[in-house]
Amino acid sequence: MRVELDGEWVTAVPGQTVAGLLLARGRVSWRTTRAGGAPRGVFCGIGVCHDCLVVVNGVPDVRACQRLLADGDRVRCQDGAELPS
Amino acid sequence: MSSVVVVGAGPAGLAAAAAAARAGRDVLLIDAESRRGGQYHRQDLLDTTERFPLPPGVEHLAETVVWAVEPGRRLHLLTGPADGPGRRRRTVDAAALVIAPGAHDRVLPFPGWTLPGVYTAGAAQAMAKGQRVAVGRRVLVAGTGPFLLPVARAVLGAGAEVAAVLEANRPRWHTEPRGLAAGLAKAPELLGYLRTLAKHRVPYRTRTAVIAAHGADRLESVTTARLDERWRVRPGTERELEVDALCVGHGFTPRLELAVAAGCALSGGFVSVDPAQRTSVPGVYAAGEVTGIGGADLAAAEGAVAGLAAAGAPVPPRLLRRVRSLRRFAAALDRVHPVGDGWREWLTDDTLICRCEEVPYRALRAAAPGARALRLTSRAGLGLCQGRTCGAAVADLCGLPGDAFARRPIAAPVRLGELIDEENE
Repeated sequence: MRVELDGEWVTAVPGQTVAGLLLARGRVSWRTTRAGGAPRGVFCGIGVCHDCLVVVNGVPDVRACQRLLADGDRVRCQDGAELPS
Repeated sequence: MSSVVVVGAGPAGLAAAAAAARAGRDVLLIDAESRRGGQYHRQDLLDTTERFPLPPGVEHLAETVVWAVEPGRRLHLLTGPADGPGRRRRTVDAAALVIAPGAHDRVLPFPGWTLPGVYTAGAAQAMAKGQRVAVGRRVLVAGTGPFLLPVARAVLGAGAEVAAVLEANRPRWHTEPRGLAAGLAKAPELLGYLRTLAKHRVPYRTRTAVIAAHGADRLESVTTARLDERWRVRPGTERELEVDALCVGHGFTPRLELAVAAGCALSGGFVSVDPAQRTSVPGVYAAGEVTGIGGADLAAAEGAVAGLAAAGAPVPPRLLRRVRSLRRFAAALDRVHPVGDGWREWLTDDTLICRCEEVPYRALRAAAPGARALRLTSRAGLGLCQGRTCGAAVADLCGLPGDAFARRPIAAPVRLGELIDEENE
């Protein structure tokens, strides 16, 4: 599968989550907080904490640890509170 | 009207579904994950081998969140890739409902715990088991409870170095002979973990904790310290340790919102059940960690009881005895791994308590008393996780009951667009 990560097309495998791919590529953060602009990535890893949010195919607030990648998905960092594009 | 509906496909839910199906009932098994197993038996998502085949009579709805429960056992579901948009909406009326959503890691706040590179113990395990990735290269595992051991093993298995395992307690097993005897069957598993730690020369230290994490925009190092019995820092024992990942767990928080929405009575922070796993609401059963933290074996035993009871089948006394025995062991485990109140002294004014709304300890102390006023004046617990992560700590710090944050009528975030009926547009 090919997916886009912040503008770069990379290879992913079926069953991989967004967080699994980002961590495997050495990334630890991919979101900033709404108030403090602080970086965040995975914390709970099981869909509870909502820290690992990303924008997938233009839709914000997707938990990277819960979302399975699909071929052609376009994933990018989330900057604070974002509206769907 | 569906027959038996089971929410959660972990040890409790799988056992409940199988038991109800064997008793001749149709079962709908609902789970948020794409694969069955739950947290403890999490399957490798990169390998399609199925470790938990379904018995006949069970329909599994994967990638399905229960976002609301109405009295009368009516469930509102959304099925599809997390977190939408475009998930399929469905309403199910359960003839009997088994609630088995499990628990998630409890992590006490400490300075720096919001830095990327700080993970819950469960996250490290989920990433290793489910995605074959280690959360760092040099990883420290800290907190309290036996769960730290399988987490360390999972991190080693994913190819990382484990700098140490730090247990904040010094478990006083000799005070619990009866509980220990009930858990003897777990001894080989425990020895297996200790052997793995020894083989990789991983130090295991008791009465030691991480009291602060440091780094500019990611974790670079931690401060560890020796603790007294109440978890207060022994002055002069602070040490700096360079690690790129920290996994912390201080026990577990039950996922209560569905049971609360269904109207089930709680007791001591868990769902009250009778020996047949019946809750206070007719036709609603609960099993696993929501009735008390006890691990996968107890969850599976409770699940089997709940499944039979929900199906209207008799429960064999042998199974009830097994539940009682495993509960004795769980209670003993809990007593030898208490959370000492000295952790409050690790906090600084600036330590964020609520991660979502970025509420520092200072703001929490200045907030109005009472659960509702405190939320509204400080915003603690009002973010996307709805107090799941900070609730237990906020309750502790502010003198509220432990389940003060358990009421969440909307049990999972829903996109408004997903609630619109297409025919009404």
